[in-house]
Amino acid sequence: MTQISVRVDGASYADDVEPRTLLVHYLREQLGKVGTVVGCDTSNCGACTVHLDGESVKSCTVLAVQADGSEVTTIEGIAEGGELHPMQRAFHEKHGLQCGYCTPGMIMASIDLLKNNPNPSEAEIREGIEGNLCRCTGYVNIVRAVQQAAGEMSSTAGAQA
Amino acid sequence: MTLTEDPTTTADGPAKEVGNARLRKEDARLITGKTTWTDNMVLPGMLHMAFLRSPVAHATISHLDVSAAKDRPNVVAVYTGQDFKDEQGTIPCAWPVTPDMVNPGHPSIAVDTVNHVGEAVAIVVARTRTAAVDAVEAIDVDYENLPVVLDMEEAVKDGADLVHASTSSNTSYHFVFDAGEAGTGSDTDAAFRDAEVTVSRRFVQQRLIPAFMEPRSAVVGVQGDNYTLWSATQIPHILRVMGALTTGIPEHKLRVVAPDVGGGFGGKLQVCPEEILALLVARRLGKPVKWTETRSESLMTAHHGRDQIQYIDVAAKKDGTVTGLRVRLLADMGAYLRLITPGVPALGAFMFPGIYKFPAYRFECDGVFTNKVPTDAYRGAGRPEATFAIERIMDELAVELDMDPMELRRKNWISAEEFPFTTVAGLEYDSGDYEQATQAALELLGYDELRAEQKRRRESGDPVQLGIGISTFTEMCGLAPSRVLGSLSFGAGGWEQASIRMLPTGKVEVVTGSTPHGQGHETAWSQIVADELGVPFEDVEVLHGDTAISSRGLDTYGSRSLVVGGTAVVKAAEKVVAKARKIAAHLLEASEDDLEFSGGKFSVKGTPGAGLGIQEIALAIFAAHDYPEGIEPSIDAEAAFDPVNFSFPHGTHLCAMEVDTETGFVTIRKYASVDDIGTIVNPIIVEGQMHGGLAQGIAQALYEEAIYDADGNLTTGTFVDYLLPSAADLPTFHTGNTVHAATSNPLGAKGVGEAGCIASTPAVVNAALDAVRHLGVTDIRMPLTPERVWRAIHQGGDGGDRAAEGSNAYGGARTTESGIEEAAQ
Amino acid sequence: MIPASFAYARPTSVDEALQAIAAGGEDVKIMAGGQSLIPVMRLRLAAPETVVDLTRVTELRGVREDGDSLVIGAMTTHSDILRDPLIAQYGKLIAEATETVADPAVRHRGTFGGALAHADPAGDLPAVALALDAEFVIAGPGGARRSVPASAFFVDYLTTALEEGELLVEVRVPKLGEGWGVRYEKFNRVAQAWSIVAVAAAVRREGSTIAEARIGLTNMGSTPLRATATEQALVGADVSLETVTAAAAQAAEGTEPSSDLNAQADYRQHLARVLTGRAVRAAAGL
Repeated sequence: MTQISVRVDGASYADDVEPRTLLVHYLREQLGKVGTVVGCDTSNCGACTVHLDGESVKSCTVLAVQADGSEVTTIEGIAEGGELHPMQRAFHEKHGLQCGYCTPGMIMASIDLLKNNPNPSEAEIREGIEGNLCRCTGYVNIVRAVQQAAGEMSSTAGAQA
Repeated sequence: MTLTEDPTTTADGPAKEVGNARLRKEDARLITGKTTWTDNMVLPGMLHMAFLRSPVAHATISHLDVSAAKDRPNVVAVYTGQDFKDEQGTIPCAWPVTPDMVNPGHPSIAVDTVNHVGEAVAIVVARTRTAAVDAVEAIDVDYENLPVVLDMEEAVKDGADLVHASTSSNTSYHFVFDAGEAGTGSDTDAAFRDAEVTVSRRFVQQRLIPAFMEPRSAVVGVQGDNYTLWSATQIPHILRVMGALTTGIPEHKLRVVAPDVGGGFGGKLQVCPEEILALLVARRLGKPVKWTETRSESLMTAHHGRDQIQYIDVAAKKDGTVTGLRVRLLADMGAYLRLITPGVPALGAFMFPGIYKFPAYRFECDGVFTNKVPTDAYRGAGRPEATFAIERIMDELAVELDMDPMELRRKNWISAEEFPFTTVAGLEYDSGDYEQATQAALELLGYDELRAEQKRRRESGDPVQLGIGISTFTEMCGLAPSRVLGSLSFGAGGWEQASIRMLPTGKVEVVTGSTPHGQGHETAWSQIVADELGVPFEDVEVLHGDTAISSRGLDTYGSRSLVVGGTAVVKAAEKVVAKARKIAAHLLEASEDDLEFSGGKFSVKGTPGAGLGIQEIALAIFAAHDYPEGIEPSIDAEAAFDPVNFSFPHGTHLCAMEVDTETGFVTIRKYASVDDIGTIVNPIIVEGQMHGGLAQGIAQALYEEAIYDADGNLTTGTFVDYLLPSAADLPTFHTGNTVHAATSNPLGAKGVGEAGCIASTPAVVNAALDAVRHLGVTDIRMPLTPERVWRAIHQGGDGGDRAAEGSNAYGGARTTESGIEEAAQ
Repeated sequence: MIPASFAYARPTSVDEALQAIAAGGEDVKIMAGGQSLIPVMRLRLAAPETVVDLTRVTELRGVREDGDSLVIGAMTTHSDILRDPLIAQYGKLIAEATETVADPAVRHRGTFGGALAHADPAGDLPAVALALDAEFVIAGPGGARRSVPASAFFVDYLTTALEEGELLVEVRVPKLGEGWGVRYEKFNRVAQAWSIVAVAAAVRREGSTIAEARIGLTNMGSTPLRATATEQALVGADVSLETVTAAAAQAAEGTEPSSDLNAQADYRQHLARVLTGRAVRAAAGL
């Protein structure tokens, strides 16, 4: 067992974990952060995507011990003050989800995409979320959602600047 | 944090909800991670199950010693097939398609023999999932290999090795539909004898894996001799009945709950061996248990779909008029018959004639056992296979006759004024206009421009050639009229149930027997009820998926939910209004006949202003201080609806495809479809269903294939080798609709869940062929891997078999023997 | 799945890492970004007794200049590479190939050195390193360093010149500045998949002739390969479609690629020729 301390969605946790514990299993089973899910075992599907120190990672391909001293943000931590994150709202308004299983990872990947490229083209959006598989939507509405969020987030950013 | 919208109201009361692009109620929890997936469930004292699974495709278990695993820390129990052989029964098969169908039985855990790779051989039950998985490795097992049966065409030959020693052949059944014998058409042999032109083809419908995103999961809670099974299932109601019959737990002591379910596509239309074993283990130990599969476990052991070899012949006159259709199928059952394994190809039997006026038709199908995981329902279930065959061979006939493929179709399809039309397969198509949908699709694609570009590319010898593929399809939805299912020997009916509970505050609970897993029932049903009862959309809550709440139902599959389940909701709402009318008449001191009900309000004809809202009546009848004599103090109601016919969505799908003739790589340039799914309740949900269906149908054409090697190992055992397309691999879809209401239900809805998946596959393959046909290519096997396309262009044939060895990603299969040699940094 | 149990070391310096590797004994795995190692451990295709995690060895992260070379720390992540100004200026071939590695989330964790030391012939960076004649700087158990050229580094399938107890520290590649054109031509069936075949090409023109050509092949054998015959045919040749096409026709000479469900050997060889032609044409500005 190794002791770790980690901040997840704004709260601090200290735990003993086996080194082999995957970050996603730590989040789900020890912290009860069950909004983040597991969809595969080869890091292909991206359902488990979270932000580790501000960057998207597949939490099934990171050990919990590697998050020691880090800040983790999950789908449960992106809404602020009761307001949905613009990406969450965009997925809702553009019908970018059906069963919703890929959605947490897809939203976290999409937020990361816009962080690096605030005004992506359709092709850049499609490539930016290539590591996240959705079996329901055919992706068209996901692309539309990311486009909507990009528009909103860049205009908000512009207003703040 | 709720998702609210301003209620849509006008001066005349609420606007119609049906047809309104309502955003989904379901999303609130799904976009915030406040979900209830089965794997999220934790019960006090819950134990975890992990399986030892067979690494060989066909063998007797010669030695099995679990003692070392039992001694591992935190292991509570280890079971083998011997422990459950007397109580596990057999996984039920609800569809004996012929009276003499051979069903060898399907144990949930192997007892003496394993018949496919991945079959459960032992179960470890431990305090943690990690402990269970670790202990599986301590089980000592030996197998004595038996001959492996994989190839259907070999398996049906005399003297072939057998999958099941208890049977006399690998053929489970021989199913025949002959229109001449059924009286729905003329003699097929005569049609072919007299034909001016015949075209024959052998098509391969490759094996697919449903690959729902949420892996299967089951949790069993124990309360004395009562059991609750939470499961990632499409079919809690069917699972309850079948689970009770299989385990012997009395039905009234078994509750099944499908909480949030992450997709199914037919893949969760099953009574899974693991669900049965979870019940048996929980009963044996008296403790709650959980099992959640890994993705590789899912790909290997959850049922697969498709897998047919299709021999199809079409007869025609020289002018293009079709005169006969003959279909012979070999359908791979896999090693066992699961819930509707044998029925999938039989369901397709009625759809091979498509939208065309064939006078003669004969269908024969052999269900064949092989040492692979069983097949069963996958999005479309029988209809995609049929649609592919007919839409592919119509193109082949057009080539043979040197006709434009659309002209050939137009010459033979049912015209708008001929509806309702009874087909050679005996189905009565309800409504539609194939010409109208086709015209709209041609415009949406920009057909003429693309044809001109195709010509230019051909003339210039461009290494990238362009093709346009057509699929003019129909399908049968709204499963299903119970009597028809009975005539097909299906083990259940096809009705659906709904009830409506009017709460004292005027809020409305709708209970549906149709259990969603991503389709948006909560939103669509709310829209229907809002219109029927004239209450705000926001005041409606839809309950589902728990047999304790929704006691009757037949669940979600076969594009049936809206058509059958939605209609049941309408019928229940009509009953609520009828019951409320009596109370309104009493309170308004008017005759029932003088009341009109509009916008949620009863009013007396010719007396504007006065009236009583149905939500007010709900409170009045809760108090029950003043209501008519002789009626019950409730306006709640329930209804069951059994359709009298199927519904028949149709559409025209067009795919423009670029083919790089140097590498064989294919790229969809543009995809356009116009579908008639009847009345549209929610246009954004409909569009989303089309998009998703298209993605899956296109993925069959281009990407997906379950491949077994010569020993029966599933090579495509992870998402590294079983390829699902990402956003970067698919185009934007241009979709549209025509509307011809279904005639078999009051909503006029036909069903949309499977349309895109059924229609798109042949459009894509036809497009690729259209691009390279001038190079001598007549067929390419699915999926159209670049290698197959390149071989078909440069070496002839259909591209042939793919090599069975997996790719070397992550070290591939090679690492299993020796471990990775070098430090993998 | 859950990996089998292992002992875990998280050094913060190269010296500590070498000690941890030495202490770990025979069955030690060095984990860089873990993006290949963790999946194979989850599938239990690998079950090391000890994992030495390099993610906190910050001295191994980053790109610097050293005369005519770029020096890339082994723990520089793929996304570091894509953001690095020196790479943007002198390492365009590396950048092009890195952009195609897996997906953004994987590129946040996966590392340059890890991808090379893993030596998966389907990986994108080994062929690039080979084409660039990269020098691999390796630290041994006592801390002594040695340098191995790429031509000697890739020994076999998933096998490199790294000996037991050694650690890849950094990789030196020549700066390809003015006059060089590059192209990484990747062929796969879906965006996030491994290469079926890929070609890394760097071409330096002098006027209308090709002065230098470096061509690496991905997944055309058990190690990355150089398309030597094509390179030789190109050097000194005129920049024209004909010469490039003729030279590319020799790209698969001497290769023995594997057959798998994505491609059989003869098709891989065909792809190598076609993709080499495309890569060289693009690199040469044709």
